[in-house]
Amino acid sequence: MPLIKGGERVDDPWISLAEGAEIPPHGPLIVSLQQWRDQRAALLARADTLGIRLASDQPTSEIADDLSHFELVALEFPSFGDGRPYSHARILREILGFEGELRAVGDVLLEQLHFMHRAGFDAFVVSSETALEDWRIAESEIRVWYQPTADGRPTAMMLRRG
Amino acid sequence: MYRYDEFDSDFVLQRARQFRRQTERRLTGELSEEQFKPLRLMNGLYLQLHAYMLRINVPYGCLSSRQLRKLAHIARVYDKGYGHLTTRQNVQFNWIKLEDTPAILEQLASVEMHCIQSSGNCIRNTTSDPYAGAAAEEIHDPRLYCELIRQWSSLHPEFSFLPRKFKIAVTGSPRDRAAVKVHDIGLRLHRNPAGEAGFEVIVGGGLGRTPFIGKTVRDFLPVQQLLSYLEAILRVYNQLGRRDNKYKARIKVLVHEMGTEAFQKCVEEQWEQIREGGLTLPQEEIDRIGAYFAPPAYEDLSDSVPALETTRREEPAFDAWLQNNVVEHKQAGYAIVNVSVKAVGAAPGDISADQMEAVAELADRFSFGELRVTHSQNLVLCDVRKTDLEALWRRLAAIGLATPNVGLLTDSICCPGLDYCSLASARSIPVAQSISERFADPGRLRDIGELQLKMSGCINACGHHHVGHIGILGADKKGEELYQLTLGGSADENTAIGKIIGPGFDAEGIVDAIENVVETYLSLRQDGERFIDTYQRVGRDPFKENLYASDQGR
Repeated sequence: MPLIKGGERVDDPWISLAEGAEIPPHGPLIVSLQQWRDQRAALLARADTLGIRLASDQPTSEIADDLSHFELVALEFPSFGDGRPYSHARILREILGFEGELRAVGDVLLEQLHFMHRAGFDAFVVSSETALEDWRIAESEIRVWYQPTADGRPTAMMLRRG
Repeated sequence: MYRYDEFDSDFVLQRARQFRRQTERRLTGELSEEQFKPLRLMNGLYLQLHAYMLRINVPYGCLSSRQLRKLAHIARVYDKGYGHLTTRQNVQFNWIKLEDTPAILEQLASVEMHCIQSSGNCIRNTTSDPYAGAAAEEIHDPRLYCELIRQWSSLHPEFSFLPRKFKIAVTGSPRDRAAVKVHDIGLRLHRNPAGEAGFEVIVGGGLGRTPFIGKTVRDFLPVQQLLSYLEAILRVYNQLGRRDNKYKARIKVLVHEMGTEAFQKCVEEQWEQIREGGLTLPQEEIDRIGAYFAPPAYEDLSDSVPALETTRREEPAFDAWLQNNVVEHKQAGYAIVNVSVKAVGAAPGDISADQMEAVAELADRFSFGELRVTHSQNLVLCDVRKTDLEALWRRLAAIGLATPNVGLLTDSICCPGLDYCSLASARSIPVAQSISERFADPGRLRDIGELQLKMSGCINACGHHHVGHIGILGADKKGEELYQLTLGGSADENTAIGKIIGPGFDAEGIVDAIENVVETYLSLRQDGERFIDTYQRVGRDPFKENLYASDQGR
């Protein structure tokens, strides 16, 4: 599925470790929370970068102490209406200070992209074939923001105050 | 009142254009109804029994005459010539065509209005005291904080996909006209001993299937910290609120299941992490928004108007209107005027385009061009010179908006019910109309005194029956409409949930039952007691005994 990052459609260098599969010796690898817990030592012994994927019911406190090991955190949206990952993203960025790639996976639709971007996501696995066009629409429609978030966009209040 | 600046104007216009694109994609079939549904809901567009319904936010109930004229225009051009005032101080149109909605949103944007988040699982329009800024006993004007909440909550990047809808109410008076204890968050402005303004924060109240009275999680929150504290509460709710069952998804259930103390601890922990962040309100910003709500240019007037007394002796109808619909103002020589949208036999809260235009004219002439929509589905002209009261009354009477029944039995709250709503189990408007006709005699009404009747056409409780002095809940029993009666509820500072009195009644029987309850009250009341006082003194047994003494009316 198309990956959008930095406003471009890009190739995905990461592979996800399938359930029960052998850990590959090389290459950036995304694991689930369970895989991380079960195979922590083996995963840390690898030379390549590591990412972790959290389901929407797995809070960021599960990985807060391990965050330095990950260069990517993928947060799953099981459905359009499940808004928990928006909170998880803001906590990762604004409270835990995570600076790696924050990737939205799962049910990722045009209408959510702007909210996700504002909440701290910077990479999006979009199911739509028109992913890049969707991204441009989502980023162009609303240009006034009222909430300060880690994306650093100036809020209406900041602009008013000059 | 608040006026949009360039940022606010751009924002609502951008949002309206976005909805135009979404609607076009729906009309070409690019989006299915299933995909379109969450998008239209976030712009207040529901699919009802017969047509689309559009719910327009009236920010914390404040309207200008210009906005009301625009609503009249929408009623005339896009609906059937009338609109409906809701219990959340909003306006609904019930006969809207999907293809017209983008144009309607653009027209609303031109008068600084929108439908953003008037439905969906997000933070809804904040509600408040309809007398804000004018009430004699007010401690602090709540509107500036409502406006700050409106801006902060608009397209919030974190809280647009909550477990369920989220409603915030703010009051700044000891007399609670905003029902803050039955909202997801209720905020009560008061002052600490040092004279600083702050909020009592009440969380987890609500009606619906499982009514709860909200719990106080903080006695005094400095006003500068309002938004960071709200963000902490919402962050806890967004993460922990139930998503497995929509009937258990409101924050009231989370607070109930966690326990108030555990919930409060969680919020305080979240808050500690963000309280010094970018949401702290600078005093200059509070003052800047506050300036929009500065008192209008009141004249220096005498509070005593002898001519009023003469007219009220000559005109009993004027006297009744003054007694019931006109309220004391903080400013000498001025009065707060309630415009009853509850004429005898009318659908509660329905107002025609002609009436809207006429009231807009009266607001311009008599009340600085501003109005309020109330929680009880009426309008208010907040700043009327006492010397103008008679002229205003005559004009209101001429357009059917001077029924002297505000706060009385026929000033009932009522949801749209099965006449419009796809969730309803029973009709509610026709029952309200029958009750209104049965108690049409103004003398009898006044003798009965203050009595809040609230009716919902289903268990979702949009008509707030749980907190009516008398509540009616419509149900469907094997294809027959059945109406259950609750007594003893209250939505003010002494909030109480009414109790079901016994087996239900059919659509005719319920009107007799209301009359029976009223007669019991009249026979039991002691000097000057209101219905709710008598009920609290004697309990429900005497009412129950009289009601079910024979099988009549069942």
